[in-house]
Amino acid sequence: MSFAAANPQQQLSPELEALLELRGVAKCFGAREVLKNISLNIASGEFLTLLGESGSGKTTVLRLVAGFEQPSAGEIWMSGQRLDTLPPYKRRVNTVFQHYALFPHLSVRENVAYGLRVQKTSATEIGGRVDEALRMVKMQEFAASRPSKLSGGQQQRVALARALVNRPLLLLLDEPLSALDANLRKQMQGELKALQRELGITFLFVTHDQEEAMALSDRIALLRDGALEQVASPREIYEHPATAYTAQFIGQTNLLRGEILDGTARCGALQWPADGPSGAAIFSLRPEAIRLASDATAPPGTARFRATLQQQFFSGASELLEVHCDGGQLLRVRISARGPLSGEHDFIFSIADAIRVQE
Amino acid sequence: MSGHAPTRRAPLLAIYSAFVFIFIYLPVVVLILYSFNRDGVGGFPPRHLTFDWYRQLFADAPIWGAVVNSLTVAAGSVALSLTLGLLAALALDRATFPGKALFRRLVLLPLILPGIITGLSLLMFAVFAGAQLSLLSVFLGHGTALISVATTELFAGLQKMDRAQEEASLDLGATPWQTFWLVTLPNLKLSLIAAGLLIFTLSMDEIAVTFFLIGRDNTLPLEIWGRLRRGITPEINAVSTLIFAVSVALIVICYRVRTRGLGAEAQELLERL
Amino acid sequence: MYSRTYKTLVSLPPLLWVGLFLLLPYALMFAHSFWAVHDGALVHQWNLHNYVTLFSKPVYVEVLLRTMRIAASVTLCSLLLGYPLAYYLSFRAGARKELLYQLVIVPLWVSYLVRGYAWKTILGSEGVLNGFLQYLHLTHAPVAFLLYSPFAVVLMLTHIYTPFVFLPIYAALEHIPRPLVEASHDLGAGSAQTFLRVILPLSIPGLLAGATFAFALSLGDFLAPLLVGGASGTMIANVVQSLFGAAYDWPLGAAISVCILIITISLLFLSERLEKRWSFK
Repeated sequence: MSFAAANPQQQLSPELEALLELRGVAKCFGAREVLKNISLNIASGEFLTLLGESGSGKTTVLRLVAGFEQPSAGEIWMSGQRLDTLPPYKRRVNTVFQHYALFPHLSVRENVAYGLRVQKTSATEIGGRVDEALRMVKMQEFAASRPSKLSGGQQQRVALARALVNRPLLLLLDEPLSALDANLRKQMQGELKALQRELGITFLFVTHDQEEAMALSDRIALLRDGALEQVASPREIYEHPATAYTAQFIGQTNLLRGEILDGTARCGALQWPADGPSGAAIFSLRPEAIRLASDATAPPGTARFRATLQQQFFSGASELLEVHCDGGQLLRVRISARGPLSGEHDFIFSIADAIRVQE
Repeated sequence: MSGHAPTRRAPLLAIYSAFVFIFIYLPVVVLILYSFNRDGVGGFPPRHLTFDWYRQLFADAPIWGAVVNSLTVAAGSVALSLTLGLLAALALDRATFPGKALFRRLVLLPLILPGIITGLSLLMFAVFAGAQLSLLSVFLGHGTALISVATTELFAGLQKMDRAQEEASLDLGATPWQTFWLVTLPNLKLSLIAAGLLIFTLSMDEIAVTFFLIGRDNTLPLEIWGRLRRGITPEINAVSTLIFAVSVALIVICYRVRTRGLGAEAQELLERL
Repeated sequence: MYSRTYKTLVSLPPLLWVGLFLLLPYALMFAHSFWAVHDGALVHQWNLHNYVTLFSKPVYVEVLLRTMRIAASVTLCSLLLGYPLAYYLSFRAGARKELLYQLVIVPLWVSYLVRGYAWKTILGSEGVLNGFLQYLHLTHAPVAFLLYSPFAVVLMLTHIYTPFVFLPIYAALEHIPRPLVEASHDLGAGSAQTFLRVILPLSIPGLLAGATFAFALSLGDFLAPLLVGGASGTMIANVVQSLFGAAYDWPLGAAISVCILIITISLLFLSERLEKRWSFK
């Protein structure tokens, strides 16, 4: 059973065993603080994605778990035992590298068998397991080939097989799909997800592509400048972003800055009833949450505003409108495709869709 | 670098380049030609071509003794320089320690320093240590001076290597020791061969350092040198021609091994080694 | 990623070896330059006498200056021969580039001694060149200055070092992206202009590397003068050689060697500085 099915809530419930625990992990390179006090638990069988911009520290987390770097502070535990004190070759963790790192002087079969060979597995067992791994990634017919003869996608599968054949407790994937073109990428995403479901191995996946993260993960850990911004399921993180950064990083949004005063939120020309203490506030409102007002009345639970169309971008199934509000704000609105529009229009949105976020 | 600028004919430049080529090859051509000249070196044109000088050469025992000495020293130098050069390249690539910059410069210094300086320094060191001059001192001199060649070549090879491969090896459960033998060295194979060939050739031809470290047994260059002082004979042309032929053969082999000139299976075999 | 043991294991052996067999010997040479010889025996008496002698006695100064002149000539001639050749191969040779490159490399593998000896046989009064000139009736007697003169030394060393100078220049030229040349033409510059404004400046690091190499090694060469230099073509390294041989004055020889060492190292530093200034990455 997948992690997602067993755990409909987003956080790690106490009954689910944590396979990997990062406790207060920090990492400095010289004077540069790359990771600040990361505490994160990953459940057995979970597909967790570390998401962030370049420089956010996500790859560093991966390398710490793999063993290529040592934490400057904090500890890493796996299955109830200390992990960060072990060298990489003693950890039950395997990595799929960003540029595959296949051994050019070995054939595909020899590459996949490498880990088993150095662990002194018997020849017969190696043969069987390698065949099984190659079958899993559909690369059996290339067993005798050299990596240089393979395409990017094929090399990627071999790298995956090479890691999985060792039956690790945790598989680390460092932006494995970033070097592939768009179509191949989509295809591989599907295959990876299916593979993870089938094998039940815990995946720790690193990417900067938020669409990829949302499509694949059970949970997303969003990293920003070396600290965890939010850790939640893709649905939760999209519908209830905790901060303005998260709201903007995942999907598109309109950030409305204003204040709450006596039960009313006011952002420029927009206003709607809102709970919460008075004071400055920021709201995230997704473009698809805004619709064209079809008639003069505003149904209960919605807010209404008027805006002038500035630009219109057609994208097949939908249109993206850039509209200029009376209050001076520029908002983005996504509606289903309906042909060119112009001039002033009334828009409405559900109050529940205006999510209050932290800075 | 991509793209092709159309190569426009440049006749003057082509002629000049041809002259430079002639200048580079002329002495060697003359040398080879006159090794077959009955009347010895000099005069023009060469008449009466003969193999006499070669016959005389093959009967000349001291020369072949010197050849054996040179080969021994060269083989030893390759082993010594490659080992120390590999370690030095690894150290420069991966380790930091006080005095690393000085170490790097020191290792590379013999490349650009005139041989006489390195040779004399080592001579002083030998005297200081109370050691006898012999083929051993020559071997140590060559091995030391040629570390720079090995280091340069192997360092370049290390830089070109994908670092992630070593990480992958560790990740898959191999210890650093296993990783070195199973991943690092195979990746350096071409660099090792290139460096080895170069060191071998340089050692065979080395005179400046050898000059001051030689004992009773001569290496080939010094044997030839000794004869040159006594007078020119075409026998020297003959041995020089042979040296040239061997050098060219080595280059051709080296070249063919590197390019697709070799059959695909042979190349696979080489990669497997 | 590399443990301390690993790093120590790889650093220690070469460090120790280089320390023992390079640093120590060079240091010994340095020390010797401050000692003296009395009555045919080495005396560890610290003084600056050797350096004073070197720079004051006319015979030494003269040889030193001649050596620098020869080295400079060799460098200049090698550049004049090697650069155009490299340019031709890189920009004009087309499909034959690879083959021609190998042809330039081949002589490098041929013994130095062999090539020097070849020049000796060519330039001698009974030599091939004189024979050739007389055969063509261009001269009636052997031309003397061809052999056993500074001219012969320059000629031989130029022959040796032209391929060495060619190599880094060729590498630098090959690194110049061809689109730059195309852009230059596109903007209206002809071949000569493109060369002066684009190609030459970008090739300077290679040029400096080759020139430094040729100059430094020519400076300390003692074999060429012995082969083809004669009395008038003696260079400073020959002086050193005799001081370590028949003339037995190791300290003075050491002092001269130290000077050569200092000149070489200074040249290296200067060259590196200039190369950095002229490299555009």
